[in-house]
Amino acid sequence: MQQLLQDTLATAPLGVTILLSLVVILLHSFVKNSERAQAMVSVAGLAIAAAAAFWTFPMRGTAFSGMVMTGGYASAMSVLFIAGAALTILLARDYLGKIGADFGEFHILVLLAVTGMMAFASGLDLIVTFIGLEVMSVCLYVLAGMTRGRLEANEASLKYFLLGAFATGFFLYGIALIYGAAGTTNLAAIAQSASARAQDPLFLAGCGLLLVGFAFKVGAVPFHMWVPDVYEGAPSVVTGFMSTAAKASAFAAFMLVFIAKFDIAHGRISLALAMLSVASMVLGNVVAISQTSIKRMLAYSSIAHAGYMLIGLAAGTPAAISGVLFYLLSYLFTNIGAFGVVSIIENEKQENVSIESFAGLGTRRPLLGALMSLFLFSLVGLPPLSGFFGKYYIFYAAIAEGYTWLTIVGVLTSMISIYYYLRVVVVMYFRSDTDATAVPVTTLGTASLLLSAAGVLVFGFFPRLITDIADTLF
Amino acid sequence: MHHYVGLIVLFPLIGLIVNGLFGRHIRSERVVGWIGSLAVGIPFLVAAAILYGMLGSPVEERSNTVTLFTWIAAGSFQVNAAYQVDQLSILMTLIVTGVGFLIHVYSIGYMHGDRGFWRFFTYLNLFIFAMLNLVLADNYVLMFLGWEGVGLCSYLLIGFWYEKKFAGTSITWTGDAANKAFWVNRIGDFAFMLGMFLIFREFGSLTFSTVMDSASSLAPGNSTMFWITLLLFIGATGKSAQIPLFVWLPDAMAGPTPVSALIHAATMVTAGVYMVARNSLLYALAPDTMMIVAVIGALTAIVAASIGLAQNDIKKVLAYSTVSQLGYMFLALGVGAFTAGIFHVMTHAFFKACLFLGSGSVIHAMHEEQDIRKMGGLAPVMPKTYYTFLISSFAIAGFPPLSGFFSKDEILWSAFSQGSVLLWAVGALAALMTAFYMFRMVTLTFLGTPRWAKDKHPHESPPTMTIPLIVLAFLAVTGGFLGIPAALGGGNALHHWLHPVFERALDRLPTAHEYSHMTEYLFMLVSVVIGVSGFWFGRKIYLANPDADDTFAAKAGGVFRTLSRKYYIDEGYMRGIVNPLVATSDRFLSRVVDTALIDGFVNGLAKVTASFSGVLRLVQTGVVQSYASMIVVGLLLVLGLILLG
Repeated sequence: MQQLLQDTLATAPLGVTILLSLVVILLHSFVKNSERAQAMVSVAGLAIAAAAAFWTFPMRGTAFSGMVMTGGYASAMSVLFIAGAALTILLARDYLGKIGADFGEFHILVLLAVTGMMAFASGLDLIVTFIGLEVMSVCLYVLAGMTRGRLEANEASLKYFLLGAFATGFFLYGIALIYGAAGTTNLAAIAQSASARAQDPLFLAGCGLLLVGFAFKVGAVPFHMWVPDVYEGAPSVVTGFMSTAAKASAFAAFMLVFIAKFDIAHGRISLALAMLSVASMVLGNVVAISQTSIKRMLAYSSIAHAGYMLIGLAAGTPAAISGVLFYLLSYLFTNIGAFGVVSIIENEKQENVSIESFAGLGTRRPLLGALMSLFLFSLVGLPPLSGFFGKYYIFYAAIAEGYTWLTIVGVLTSMISIYYYLRVVVVMYFRSDTDATAVPVTTLGTASLLLSAAGVLVFGFFPRLITDIADTLF
Repeated sequence: MHHYVGLIVLFPLIGLIVNGLFGRHIRSERVVGWIGSLAVGIPFLVAAAILYGMLGSPVEERSNTVTLFTWIAAGSFQVNAAYQVDQLSILMTLIVTGVGFLIHVYSIGYMHGDRGFWRFFTYLNLFIFAMLNLVLADNYVLMFLGWEGVGLCSYLLIGFWYEKKFAGTSITWTGDAANKAFWVNRIGDFAFMLGMFLIFREFGSLTFSTVMDSASSLAPGNSTMFWITLLLFIGATGKSAQIPLFVWLPDAMAGPTPVSALIHAATMVTAGVYMVARNSLLYALAPDTMMIVAVIGALTAIVAASIGLAQNDIKKVLAYSTVSQLGYMFLALGVGAFTAGIFHVMTHAFFKACLFLGSGSVIHAMHEEQDIRKMGGLAPVMPKTYYTFLISSFAIAGFPPLSGFFSKDEILWSAFSQGSVLLWAVGALAALMTAFYMFRMVTLTFLGTPRWAKDKHPHESPPTMTIPLIVLAFLAVTGGFLGIPAALGGGNALHHWLHPVFERALDRLPTAHEYSHMTEYLFMLVSVVIGVSGFWFGRKIYLANPDADDTFAAKAGGVFRTLSRKYYIDEGYMRGIVNPLVATSDRFLSRVVDTALIDGFVNGLAKVTASFSGVLRLVQTGVVQSYASMIVVGLLLVLGLILLG
């Protein structure tokens, strides 16, 4: 009993989020037209969950018979997902109503997805990891198709589901093979004998299948094909959420399993990761150039960013983990902000936004233009914005591990990316608008954009705020 | 008390943010002006409180570092946003904020009615913010940030009236003058950076205290130290307008007069002096550089002073005078009299700020007329301006017991006792010229019969302008008492105050030859005679004949023309450097290298990338089956890599 209480307390962020989802479900079932209230309750509840995460941070250890990780890494990652969910819910208030999809289910699904993410990123048993992955994924499949009336949304949702299920099959098969080799699904137990099994083809094949499952979720080439279609078809705020929080949880679980626990990221797997990284950076950045839709452009950019973070995984040192964590955080604020701006423009233009729809934004909407520029500059990785330090820490760790060639590819492809990011800035400031119908942005939307911008700036100016924490994760 | 140093930097930042964001919506000029002024005045009080705290603590506890946060950390390389509060930096802070505050207040009157009023105060606060970072920084990187920041503000403020014409060599707009200042400074800034890189390579740190601690174990005559100090000094010749990079400062007079007073006389241009003084230990280890510094300083002093003899624009005379006085400061540093250099920074800030503001008052009264040949007889019309201007002129000419006498005399004496007779003679000749051109200017501007058109109605300026003048004139009189030499029975308080900062450097310099007080009195007497005769001749010649220049031009046309055309240095730079550079850039670099080679390569690469991109996007068919097969292909590749690799 004592133990149960302790375990429950140590996993408080997860518990609070589950309770919160239940409260919102009840609110949705019994109070009519309570969408706004649900949003507010969700954000308030997420704040409590965040507080719980801070409170549990020092409780580094395991809970529920070694099934989940507590404190440190798990808490830090929880904060990331919570922040992503809260910003998404705030931004969605204006957006969903205008596209005719202001369903209360939205909040419930986002919250349940967050619980899945937390389990995914803190599971110390492959079964927990898998359950977390599925809870998150199923929520996202539905979220992608929220706008039932739109054909592209249905297509996105279905494609995501089909391919997701396909990848899940590999993931599960990988778990089965590892279980066959090691006789357990507990990560700690597997890790103990991992080095002895470094040549065992059964074990290695299991790891390979698992890797494919993760690579699908983070959207790495060649498992990226779903990304552009789904990101484009899903509602913009959902895309923002998928490309940040969901990607962060996939990376968090990826790092937990492969680096922190298996510690087999060296050698062959490291090489495979490096290859995926190169393919993602090159393909993501190159194809982004020829995109005309801003959401597709950002989708390819998201593939490229997965490539940068994979550099960190290939390096596989504690410094690299802390670098990837910084990157995830920076990317979370930057990309939610960017998709937030996109969603506002989408409402304004009532169409799928092309890059040309941003024409004249800089003069028509000075604040939005400036914020979008800030986000794009951070995506490029210009100092002193947080995007710069994300890349910097990862590259630094990679060079220390001898991955200089990988870093060179990273830097070169970043240079390519300047072209397509800054093209948006050019369109915003040097092209005049053809039809200007300014839809007023509510204070809520502005506030969440400003919050994202604050994240981009603060972590750019004071990167130590994060790196100091990132050094005490385990 | 030193813990509050952050406040000193915070207030100008607040002022800049408030005026920068909301200034244009604030209707009242007074509110904008006073926000800007208080943002500098309050830090002065904080700095004074810190000074008071330092005075009350033992010598060894007077130097402290206050770290705000770690700015950059990468491996062993770390740069903090940290401020070093010591005897030298607090003195500079007091000068910057004190004189800065007075000039801000003056600007409320001077800039009255300007449509960029709020913009002006925003830039001024930004300048003070950057300048304070420069003098308070505890490392080279933060100092460089301030260094570049003041350079930016200098650029913004020289070109403040960007629609105004301004005549100079190859210059037609104020914007050109701003560009010239910026470009010339780039040369110096680049050298500063190279020096910084060398320091990092040599010492593995960019924090002053760490660098100085490691340097103190080195022996003099080290060749790396020579290059480091030389590069830093080249940086200083840019910012502090020394030969060969001084040409930008006279054209910087295109900016509003308070800017000339604050940035181009009292504070920013002395940054180079401060930087060399801050690195005094490194300089002491490089005697060859010291020699170069002294010679460049002396040369600049006399060249600029001689040009000043033949200028007719009231601000140009003062500009060349500033260049010349900065030369004195470097002369002092070069012979190892670091305290004397800083002492002159202080007294010069007082009297030169007063002179510039006085000239602003005159220009204001004469409705933007700057030619002293078209003035005269202004003394009865604007007595407050006249008397403060006169007092400061006496100070710069070195009349005892005004401040300029003590600081300049200490420099000249050090030039002789620690340098050579030649350095002293050059300095003394420049001093004679200084006194002469100053009283030529005073006489032509204020005395004699009016030569201005009847439709002009000069008047005394408002109190916001005259009160700063009076305060500065008072300081120009009394500022020197901080450094009365022992030979005159003084304690040379400043010398004792700064001694701990320069102690390690002075230990490494050869001890100065001891001279008797009699010799020192003799040199003082010569200084006084020089000052008085310059005054007497300047006044007598131009009072008797305001057109005396025409007589000189007739008698010694070549010499006079050379002086009034500034030795043709600008023309020489244009012909020897700028034009060939532009021609090469245009004909070779631009057309051949850039357009043909680089653009060709880059555009070709872009085309290849774009077409690559176009082909790759075709893979994205939208068909789920093909996506799934792609996953299978990827899976096989990954498994192959892992199992067979």
